[in-house]
Amino acid sequence: MRKGQYRFVAGFLFAPVALYLIFVIWPYIQTFGYSLTDWQGESQTFNFVGLDNYKALFQDDIFLKAIWHNILFLVFIPVITILLALFFAFMLNAGGRSRAGGVEGVAGSKFYKIIYFFPQVLSLAILAVLFNAIYRSDEGGLLNGVLTKIGLVDSQNPVEWLNEPNLVLWALMLVVVWHGVGFYLVLFSAAMQSIPRDIYEAALIDGAGRSQSFFRITLPLLWDSVQTAWVYLGIVAMDMFVLVSSMTANMGAYGGGPDHDSEVMATVMMRNFLYYGKSGYACAMGVVMLLLTLVLSVVTLRATRRDRIEY
Amino acid sequence: MGSTSAENSGSDHNDAAGVGRRDLIRRSAALGLIAVPTMSFLSACASGGGDDDSGDNDSQGKTSKSNPFGVKKGTKLDVVVFKGGYGDDYAKAWEASFKKKWGITSTHTGTQEITGKLQPRFNGGTPPDIVDDSGAQQIKIDVLNRNGQLLDLAVVLDAPSVDDPSKKVRDTVIPGTLDPGLQEGKIVALNYIYTVWGLWYSGKLFKEKGWEEPKTWDDFIAVCQAAKKDGIGGLAHQGKYPYYINVAIMDLIAKKGGLDAMKAIDNLEPNAFVGSEAAQAGVEAIYEVVEKGLLMPGTNGLTHTESQTRWNQYKAAFITCGSWLENEQLKQTPTDFDMKFMPMPLLPDSELPFEAIRAGSGEPFIIPKKAGNLAGAKEFMRLMLSKEWSTTFAKEANSLTILKDGVDPSVKLRPGTQSTVEASTAAGDNTFRFLYTEWYSEMGTAIEAASNELMAKRIQPKEWLKRCQAAVDKQAKDPASKKNHRD
Repeated sequence: MRKGQYRFVAGFLFAPVALYLIFVIWPYIQTFGYSLTDWQGESQTFNFVGLDNYKALFQDDIFLKAIWHNILFLVFIPVITILLALFFAFMLNAGGRSRAGGVEGVAGSKFYKIIYFFPQVLSLAILAVLFNAIYRSDEGGLLNGVLTKIGLVDSQNPVEWLNEPNLVLWALMLVVVWHGVGFYLVLFSAAMQSIPRDIYEAALIDGAGRSQSFFRITLPLLWDSVQTAWVYLGIVAMDMFVLVSSMTANMGAYGGGPDHDSEVMATVMMRNFLYYGKSGYACAMGVVMLLLTLVLSVVTLRATRRDRIEY
Repeated sequence: MGSTSAENSGSDHNDAAGVGRRDLIRRSAALGLIAVPTMSFLSACASGGGDDDSGDNDSQGKTSKSNPFGVKKGTKLDVVVFKGGYGDDYAKAWEASFKKKWGITSTHTGTQEITGKLQPRFNGGTPPDIVDDSGAQQIKIDVLNRNGQLLDLAVVLDAPSVDDPSKKVRDTVIPGTLDPGLQEGKIVALNYIYTVWGLWYSGKLFKEKGWEEPKTWDDFIAVCQAAKKDGIGGLAHQGKYPYYINVAIMDLIAKKGGLDAMKAIDNLEPNAFVGSEAAQAGVEAIYEVVEKGLLMPGTNGLTHTESQTRWNQYKAAFITCGSWLENEQLKQTPTDFDMKFMPMPLLPDSELPFEAIRAGSGEPFIIPKKAGNLAGAKEFMRLMLSKEWSTTFAKEANSLTILKDGVDPSVKLRPGTQSTVEASTAAGDNTFRFLYTEWYSEMGTAIEAASNELMAKRIQPKEWLKRCQAAVDKQAKDPASKKNHRD
């Protein structure tokens, strides 16, 4: 390294690092500080209570339930989204009928790519409005309307999709998957297109079918993208605040119903922070969320580590 | 990181940093994973540092008989108003009048995001001067009060009234309407709008079908059954917000058991629900509607606007709501709908008469203790309780205020509002009002959650009583709850 280069680099890094310290790291430290107090959120008077908030946290059924829901999301959202996206991406790029000397997607793949990407351009708020109309609990809802018409649902007893303890999490998951698949499809498509064609052609000549070329070639060469997708979908699964708070039955504030069956950590935290005025306690929840995400990210990156192949 | 990319990439520039491009992206993604979800919520926790100065005194002028608080001309007033069902035109009209009278210019903020805009300001010690702290994103009054942020409004209430200086302001309002602003023995919020709660129906639909306004619960069930026969739902409620069905359940309890049954709940007594005959009768009556299939189909999952609009479309005979309903549904209500209000029908052997209604004040206006222009804020609030400003409100917001005879007779009221006026005249002193919702947010949530389960038939009345009692008992254990009590 040339002399003075560190200083040169540091000069450029100063502003972003300072911003990061002020707006990310410092709030974390403050949050940790507040989590040891009985702060009520609307003034700067509070008492130090040690670890009481953390002790209470592990007896708080609602918060524990919320952690469990986040874990469910964490397992299912990435798996379903990535599998669907991979399948569609493969079909669009290499799934077409193999002709002599070429590897192509299914017919009309360019058109599909645009269609699949559509949901991604909608904001979460619009998504919530849209799916509220789909899941609406009377015959005015899209699902109930259709199911009533074809006689699967009694119009006097429509399905209350978002008010059923066993359905609500899946209903929310569907929204996220529908929203995400298109984006990851495009991401995977781009990665697939950078895989040299001759590898596929070689496989074709050796007699590999679609599934073999997918599992032996595409997936291993796509591993980096899959890993990135996993991390980003992990972010979505740990959050879920917007959809839960704007779609599910109100438990005082910020959704979470019915009977806290769709609660996620963020909604419980916000309710305690602002609605109940138990802000110190909510900060303790924030710290737990931070630790959980930290563990998660380390585990994700370790567990998915593979050797990379260069081409 | 088990990667071969940096070593093999053949790029000296990357080697210098020792981190491959992909590694960099991956690591920043990992950082983002930590940062994004927590960041967006936790940044709210960060405070700008405490500044506990009380309001400055530059805005304090000399007091006199016509200027009891010493308002100083030429100062500024910072007004924040919840811009919800009532809009904020009334406040703009007040501010214009205030400027004319005192030469005080107002900074007007009409918003739905009360918490988002004001929580940092309260926390930083620079709150506005007067706030209409209302709506879904209100800062709860109990929370603000526990933080010592609210001015004891006794100074305003004991000042001479604008219309009749021989009377105190507190003697010009409808009796009992100040109570909901009570926190730990002090009135810290002026609940300005007079609201009645109960059932609503369409006069037109009832006339067409030949139904009578039911006075007893049995008659109510009979109308619901008749409606069902005609393909109309019986009772609609705003299921996504279980607050509304709680109004019906709690009203039945209060009317069956009298004021004592209500106070038992507010005072967190060990037999507020379990062991209370009134509570059992009330919840069983509502459950009868569920069990007999007399709810409007799907109503449990609808939002307030969806449900109320369905009711406006004659899909249900009754809906439970407060008197803001008419203004909220202005656009959805057919012109010949003839909206009517009625008290909750009576269960057998009820303590209170049929006419008794839950009535009281809503829409809390507060003055922060640390307001910059305290004198101006107090005078503003005193003027709100003048006939002139009260009439302005009725005209702009289509609703009544807590001022006795506060509306000029020249203002013609809509049918729904007119029927609430009649109902409250008929009720006379037979009004009641629960306070636990204002005092104990967490207990209120637990009861709402239980009611939501009850309406969906996932729990039975017995279980509902148990869960509500558990919520009461839990709240009673909190030492802070000792400070609230009603006799």
